[in-house]
Amino acid sequence: MASVTMQVNGKSVSKDVEGRTLLVDFLRNDLRLTGTHVGCDTSQCGACVVHVNGQSVKACAMFAIEADGAEVATIEGQANADGSLNVIQQAFQDHHGLQCGFCTPGMVMTAAALLKENPKPSEAEVRSYLEGNICRCTGYHNIVKAIMAASGQDVAAIAAE
Amino acid sequence: MYAFDIERPSSIKDAVAALQSEGAQALGGGQTLIPTLKARLAAPEVLISLTGISEMQGVCLSDEGALCIGAGTTHATVAREAAVHFPGLAALASHIGDPAVRNRGTIGGSLANNDPAACYPAAALGTGATIITDKRKIAADDYFQGMFTTALDEGEIITEVRFPIPEKSHYMKFVQPASRFALVGVFVAKYADGVRVAVTGASEEGVFRWHDAETALADDFNARSLDGLSVAADGMIGDLHGSPEYRAHLVKVMTGRAVTAA
Ligand SMILES: Cc1cc2nc3c(=O)[nH]c(=O)nc-3n(C[C@H](O)[C@H](O)[C@H](O)COP(=O)(O)OP(=O)(O)OC[C@H]3O[C@@H](n4cnc5c(N)ncnc54)[C@H](O)[C@@H]3O)c2cc1C
Ligand code: FES
Ligand code: FES
Repeated sequence: MASVTMQVNGKSVSKDVEGRTLLVDFLRNDLRLTGTHVGCDTSQCGACVVHVNGQSVKACAMFAIEADGAEVATIEGQANADGSLNVIQQAFQDHHGLQCGFCTPGMVMTAAALLKENPKPSEAEVRSYLEGNICRCTGYHNIVKAIMAASGQDVAAIAAE
Repeated sequence: MYAFDIERPSSIKDAVAALQSEGAQALGGGQTLIPTLKARLAAPEVLISLTGISEMQGVCLSDEGALCIGAGTTHATVAREAAVHFPGLAALASHIGDPAVRNRGTIGGSLANNDPAACYPAAALGTGATIITDKRKIAADDYFQGMFTTALDEGEIITEVRFPIPEKSHYMKFVQPASRFALVGVFVAKYADGVRVAVTGASEEGVFRWHDAETALADDFNARSLDGLSVAADGMIGDLHGSPEYRAHLVKVMTGRAVTAA
């Protein structure tokens, strides 16, 4: 066991963890932040994407110990201060960017990383940035549309089907 | 996962010392090693994390004009910081896996692993890079020794990679869409004194140089120079994604496209 301290969604947390504890298990089991999902556990699907020091990472492919001293952001910290959905979350709702919602936490965190790097991405740039996020329901179209809308771009031109 | 410890040294010296213990293994970005541990394809007792070692981080130019990259530098950082001096390498790094993989995976981990479909081995061999370890310098031509096999000794770590910067270069990758690795990838680099062509994803021997293409392109750096050449299907990988004949064909097509794009 080793002690780790990190800022999770702005709050400092300290706990003892085993070497083998993945960041995603630390978040879900130790902190009970179960919004971060485990889809594949083999680094393929992106359901577990969180931000570590502002960068998107797959939390199933990083050890909790490696996040010692880091700032971690998860889906639970994304809403506005008054509890309303943030721009990206609201756009997912408005544009029907989710069906079962399993992939959605990872999609929203990946979208947030994209818009920070590239505030007005083209449709092709959105699709390429989502390469590591798999959705088994939506066919991606409305996810792409939601992210374009969240960036303040007119999405009327993107056909509905 | 089974139980193991993780140590996080802050210097190369401490990491090398820690790696001398029985059952110790280096941990880079973990993008290959963590899935490997989950599948129990490896079972080290202690992982020595290299991510906290600042002397293994970053991109810079040497006095001789080579691009030096610390082995712990992530693909995302290479994509950003190599762009001005060596755009061909930056573009390669920016197409490895997906953004989250690029934020963790490191150049040292990729070269140490030497996956037969990985991208960086093509750049290292295609530029004649030097792989620098905690104890020696290894020329890329001597470093790659077949699928998942390298010249590294037990406990030896890559600390830096030095790339001679070409006049022109390009990496052309035919993506295997499920894994996002290369079905076939070709790195072409043109220098004042010759051309190098390195191929990944295709051969059962791992990354290799296509010497006939190098000779033809040295005379005239134009995709047309490849017209008369062919690649034998013998020794190429055959799997559900493509037959040996298909991969052999792709080697020539991707080389031509890389030359045109360089
Ligand atoms: C979804 C996905 C897609 C990917 N797509 C691509 C792709 O398109 N192209 C591509 O090239 N790669 C791809 N990769 C692999 C990725 O680039 C890995 O990051 C890389 O191969 C391993 O680097 P790492 O730093 O994560 O190493 P780790 O996984 O930590 O380690 C890998 C091996 O190298 C050893 N090691 C690590 N660092 C060192 C060092 N400095 N010295 C000596 N030994 C060391 C470890 O002991 C281990 O044996 C992909 C991975 C994933 C998960
Ligand atoms: S659960 Fe981490 S990528 Fe699928
Ligand atoms: S909404 Fe069901 S997996 Fe994406």
